[in-house]
Amino acid sequence: MTIAISNEKIGELDPVSLTNLLKKFSKESEIKKWDMGASSSRDISVQVQQGNAKQLKGSQRNSMTLRVWNKNNQVGITSTSDLTSEGIKKAMKGAIEASLFGNEKESPEFSPLAKTELENINSKISNPHTIDELLTILKNAEKLLIDTHKSIDSVPYNGLNESYIERIYLNSEGANRHMKLSQSSIYLYAKAEEINKKPRSAGGIRINSNLNDLDIDSCIKETSDKLISHLNYKPIETNKYLTCFTPEAFLQLITAFSSMFNARSIIDGLSLMNEDSIGNQITVPNLNISDEGLHPENVGAFSFDGEGTPTQNIKLITKGKLTNLLHSEATARKFGVKPTGHAGLGAKVSVSPDWLVVSKNESEKDKDESLNINTTLKEYILIDELSAIHSGVKSSQGSFSLPFDGWIVNNGKKTSIEAATVAGDILKVLNSIVKIESNQIVTHQGISPHIWIENISITGEA
Amino acid sequence: MTNSLLTKQSENLLFHIFDDTLKPQIEELLALGSSAGADLVEVFLEKSDNISLLAEQEDISNVSPSFGVGAGIRVFLGKKDGFVSTNDLSKAGLLYALNQALGMLGLVTGSKNRVEFEGLSDLKDFGRKKNDWLIQSPDLDESTLKLLEATKSLAYKNKNLQVRRASYSRNWQEVLVAASDGVFARDIRLHQTVGLNVIAQQGKNRSTSARRFGSSGNPDDLRNWEIEKSASELNESAQKMLYAEYVDAGQMPVVLANKFGGVIFHEACGHLLETTQLERGTSPFHDSINKQIAHNAVSAVDEGLSTHAFGSLSMDDEGMEPQNTLLIENGILKRFLSDRAGSLRTGHARTGSGRRQNFSFAAASRMRNTYIKQGDFTPDELINSVNDGLYCKSMGGGSVGPTGQFNFSVEEGYLIKNGKLDKPVKGATLIGEAKEILPRISMCANDLDLAAGFCGSVSGSVNVTVGQPHIKVDSITVGGR
Repeated sequence: MTIAISNEKIGELDPVSLTNLLKKFSKESEIKKWDMGASSSRDISVQVQQGNAKQLKGSQRNSMTLRVWNKNNQVGITSTSDLTSEGIKKAMKGAIEASLFGNEKESPEFSPLAKTELENINSKISNPHTIDELLTILKNAEKLLIDTHKSIDSVPYNGLNESYIERIYLNSEGANRHMKLSQSSIYLYAKAEEINKKPRSAGGIRINSNLNDLDIDSCIKETSDKLISHLNYKPIETNKYLTCFTPEAFLQLITAFSSMFNARSIIDGLSLMNEDSIGNQITVPNLNISDEGLHPENVGAFSFDGEGTPTQNIKLITKGKLTNLLHSEATARKFGVKPTGHAGLGAKVSVSPDWLVVSKNESEKDKDESLNINTTLKEYILIDELSAIHSGVKSSQGSFSLPFDGWIVNNGKKTSIEAATVAGDILKVLNSIVKIESNQIVTHQGISPHIWIENISITGEA
Repeated sequence: MTNSLLTKQSENLLFHIFDDTLKPQIEELLALGSSAGADLVEVFLEKSDNISLLAEQEDISNVSPSFGVGAGIRVFLGKKDGFVSTNDLSKAGLLYALNQALGMLGLVTGSKNRVEFEGLSDLKDFGRKKNDWLIQSPDLDESTLKLLEATKSLAYKNKNLQVRRASYSRNWQEVLVAASDGVFARDIRLHQTVGLNVIAQQGKNRSTSARRFGSSGNPDDLRNWEIEKSASELNESAQKMLYAEYVDAGQMPVVLANKFGGVIFHEACGHLLETTQLERGTSPFHDSINKQIAHNAVSAVDEGLSTHAFGSLSMDDEGMEPQNTLLIENGILKRFLSDRAGSLRTGHARTGSGRRQNFSFAAASRMRNTYIKQGDFTPDELINSVNDGLYCKSMGGGSVGPTGQFNFSVEEGYLIKNGKLDKPVKGATLIGEAKEILPRISMCANDLDLAAGFCGSVSGSVNVTVGQPHIKVDSITVGGR
């Protein structure tokens, strides 16, 4: 058999063809109500090792989740990566079969906002680069990073990636959402070793919508600075310490406990909050937390969620009080509010935050106004990055016990901590905040200032 | 055959059975890659058919079928490789992927740089006797009833079990591996897992407890699930932990229970014996073959052969049959786990350990069923040998850092006082460094048992088994309050 050689570029999703096929197959199956979310991505990435290409990767990926309502209004879904007409027909059959097991007590509906006007997100689609261009950039970054210090011997984990993503939401009532974006990212995780000392490592990551705007220099500097600061390390004693969380670490902690703001988790009994918690004071009064998927720094923002609801900025904690929750269509209906644009797509729809923003309520005073990341002289622990969050957090109980990378700081001098864990109860931690700095810092996972907390349990090895 | 929405091409390999009939088309792809100058070209084709179910309290709350198709094409030139994955199994889609992978290495089809590819061997069909596995597995009716039986059983155990969840997932995968060195092999895999988790609440006290059971290659696994036994065990754990106090942090001796206690070895040592880590220069054991790296009480293996074990395989994702690989013998390092790329880059012979989550990942050296062998002591003898320490009856997850630092959480723990189990404690995390902890595993009991788990790493999430007998670690850092 002869194979026709084709270098034709893989095509993009075709909403018109998808709609026509779904209309045809739903009619044949006597399904009157359906919706569908599809995505497609093209991605290339490179990894290097000591100046040479290590692994070069590319992918063309597409997927679809189809949801149908049967005559009894039971919902069934099926997901597939086969977007041929046969694949879609099979998905329709699978969804109809699954609908026979749909939960009659809690059936999702179309979002009432699935056809409303969307926020205009100025998503930029950058021009693609060649694999050679990516390799040259990453090889150069690896060399610059290794050259910053004689003890940095390698960058064992690294990658430069460029991807193009598009998403569609369609439903049988005519909703038609479609959006594309591009994204580039670099991560550098370097290792250093000095004689008679343990190997140390540190990393950095940057994300942007355009490779040309990716701040690689600052990623190299951050990784190098951190790694050099970890070369001289010591064990610390187990004790309760005044602790400062970097913006990255505090966002990691809040994200791990985001079930507090999640209406789905509350309904399922998996959250620390309950249906009556709105309005309750749950943190110190000068803390604000919001979810801002539309924030201009959120380069991965989509203008709609899995149910077609427009992405929205939602205030979650205002002056320490729980003010709003994140909702899907079904949870919003149960709480008597509107969906917030945080839903996935499923028979049981998941809810998750987009882009958390932590800030200080300037009208309230801090317990200890004197604390400042640049000037504080008294001893404290600076936590830079938490590890093993998947295993060390009990979100339904509020407890955590997590290894971390960080420093003990005394008289302004930072000394790396050899190995330690931080443990606590999230609600106690949020009520033990003694200082929220004013300077908010943008990270790849959200925005936060440095946050100071008193009396946190730290386990060391001294 | 109708058009693909993505490619507008009409011929799609998806609709073929993965068998000899695909040979000419795949050979043509491999020939094109070889003639372009590649040292080796590998094609991995995959079809999947999965179901995941969730029961909460008295209801089935989620039924999620999914199926997929895909191909991964990998090209080697020297020690470099280019890998491209695609959902588009049309000829045009596969050619596009091949050309992209070749282009990554500066190669172009049609350049005739290399001697022609000599063709594929006869198909090694490891899936020949497994074609009925999918239809022999429980259907939605049967599996949803089983889950509801489980949540009902939990309801009878204790009224304070306020959240009762049972989940089931069935993952069926058909794969075909073909490479320009002649490898041509097919397999069918069937993995099933059931999970149970509860939240017990009494006043302000809350405890969570979870268990997971998994198997490979056994369509009857869900049917044979001992629901009552699992529910009793889970309830007992949740009740004991409901009033547990937080553990005091510090250095102490620890006895780890069998089965999932083996996660310590998996995280602390197993990952560092994968050539993937050697390639990056991050394994502290890179120059330790035939050297003592652990206490002489420790012998450990990684194998893909145990019947129905979650990490067992008929062939790895590079078409090689699995082995029983002796990693450590009486504390001495004997072998690393190696895949094709690892062998090429480090010189360690392949061990049938090239694994990937699916077509979208290039294979890498990964563990299968990994466990410490059993010793001569009874579990009680280990506990009796500890004056003041911690007994870890049930472990949570864990992870290992790039230079061997590991950590994992203790789900169900008890203090050991004067050689006897004492009160339950919560919030413990075990942290350490592989090189320092392995010499401290001083006693192994005679009760080896295995537990199913998922391991995430460079080639995605793969099914594995961890295991061990009860073991004693003389001293380890316990993180707590």
